[in-house]
Amino acid sequence: MADNPAGSTAVAAAPGIRPDPGGRPGGRLRSAARAARRLAGVVPFTAYVLAGLLVPTVAVAVGAFQNSATGQFTLSNIQVATHGIYLQGFRQSIELSLLSALIPGVVGLLIAYAIHTARRASVLRRVAITASGVFANFGGVPLAFLFIASLGTTGIVTGWLKALGFDIYAGSFSLFTFTGVLVAYMYFQIPLMVLVILPALEGLRPTWREAAQNMGAGTWQYWRYVGGPVLAPAFLGCLLLLFGSAFAAYATANAMTAGALALTPIQIGTFLNGNVLAGQENVGKALGLGMVIIIGVVMIIYSMLQRRAARWLQ
Amino acid sequence: MAGAGDDASRRGGGAVTAVAEAEQAGRSSAPPGPSRRRRARPPVWRWIILVVAGLYFVIPLYAALRFAGLKAFPSVLHQAGFTDALILSVRLALITTVLTIVLMVPTVVYVHLRLPRLRRILEAVTILPIVIPPVVLIVGVLAVTPGNLKSSPNLLALEYVILAMPFAYRSIDAGLRAVDLKTLVEASSSLGAGWPSTLWRVLLPNLRTAMLSATVLTVALVLGEYTMASLDLYQTFPVWIVNFEQSSGPVSVAASLLALFVTWLFLMAITSLGSRRASRTGGSLTLFSVTRRDVGGS
Repeated sequence: MADNPAGSTAVAAAPGIRPDPGGRPGGRLRSAARAARRLAGVVPFTAYVLAGLLVPTVAVAVGAFQNSATGQFTLSNIQVATHGIYLQGFRQSIELSLLSALIPGVVGLLIAYAIHTARRASVLRRVAITASGVFANFGGVPLAFLFIASLGTTGIVTGWLKALGFDIYAGSFSLFTFTGVLVAYMYFQIPLMVLVILPALEGLRPTWREAAQNMGAGTWQYWRYVGGPVLAPAFLGCLLLLFGSAFAAYATANAMTAGALALTPIQIGTFLNGNVLAGQENVGKALGLGMVIIIGVVMIIYSMLQRRAARWLQ
Repeated sequence: MAGAGDDASRRGGGAVTAVAEAEQAGRSSAPPGPSRRRRARPPVWRWIILVVAGLYFVIPLYAALRFAGLKAFPSVLHQAGFTDALILSVRLALITTVLTIVLMVPTVVYVHLRLPRLRRILEAVTILPIVIPPVVLIVGVLAVTPGNLKSSPNLLALEYVILAMPFAYRSIDAGLRAVDLKTLVEASSSLGAGWPSTLWRVLLPNLRTAMLSATVLTVALVLGEYTMASLDLYQTFPVWIVNFEQSSGPVSVAASLLALFVTWLFLMAITSLGSRRASRTGGSLTLFSVTRRDVGGS
């Protein structure tokens, strides 16, 4: 009615009815005010997230470029953070995260496939899914102690292996090194992988398999041309999720190695309460910025892969 | 059939599209035959994989039980600092849970009702605490917090709300999607209820499972959170466990097992509650994909 001048005039002629004022600038202001009032409902949440999440993150990002004594802009923090022991920290963190994504990725896929091909109502399936949910939530401090008790120097499993003739500590293995932390990380990464890839596997319609078989495809060809490509984005996405989860982890590694292993999260922690060289107070923030950038990139790729996976697996 | 395949490869999507189209064509033209039994082979390999995996997961638990020794469990309760640490953790958990529910439930409901286009932004925002590791977050928080708040452990509770946000959001979002929100609200307001009354008497009872699951996830998160508490120098329960290892390893292991067991009980409780409710309302709630606790936060 607003864009029909003749109509609105006709309506205005009738008593008690006002024409819609849409065309006037006052109308635009009014609808902006209306939108602002509607957004008022999310103000508390937005304020909380701003104060609790965005402000600290900005502080880290800004502080990474600040001289800790004078507050002036400097690149020296970034310089320190990308060389020497901190570069080693990044390298080890990335290596650890890659390995604790790839190995549990493949193992988790196998386990998920075993669950997926089990009969719907079988006990095995229900137990396995429940167990995955439970174990995926083990992490942090309890996990560290679980492994100290099993594979530590006085651990039970270490003792069993010794009795069988394998002294794992005779070689270079130690729970408090890279390999030990990797083994511990697999404990929650594998169930996590199972939980996230299982829905994707269930999304593979059996009719596709049957259609492929109708066209003469064998198992290998099915996976090579149909199942694999459909599952690939979801699988890669899950790998990224595992990577991010391992990369950001602090508690388990810290509890197990007491900060001895050069990993970026642990190094960041030392800047808060450890001995810090003069002039390097803000290097921790530079390290933090690096971590956020790496994980941010990972999550962006992950969401792109998720969208691709959703094309076929809804 | 060849034409369909050519079409498919022209459009992209290659073999997959071709199979999907062939399946469509096959369904319409061929008479339905007996469905193939997919599992003609004996499922030995399946059992092998699952048993080996099961061993890998159960052995450390058993080893931890042996390591701690049954005597260590009751003695955990009497150790120095245990009670204080536990009370601190429980207190923080309570504050965090209340804040999280009070903040998230109205917000998510509001966005669902009035601002549906903001839902994607809200989802993206709730991913942020996963992108910004707790290690980095605590560095930033300690840098910007005013002095009097920094010296209080309640700062941790405030930050835990941020950590709990993704899980609380997903629970509440799933719960809202399971009920017909618009109809409920419209019915309620047509019967004369105002917004607060609608929220309290109509929506919250329908969101009971979602809120319960959000609560349990938040509590589990706070009780297990180590990173931020230890760097903020407060001795919450997990921090106590780690510090106590200096005195007695078996006690720490026993305390860890207790913590794991309690968490497991919680998760079992919400799963059974969720599935009972679901069987009544006809919906389904997959909780385990939501309950994954990021290790960096624990």
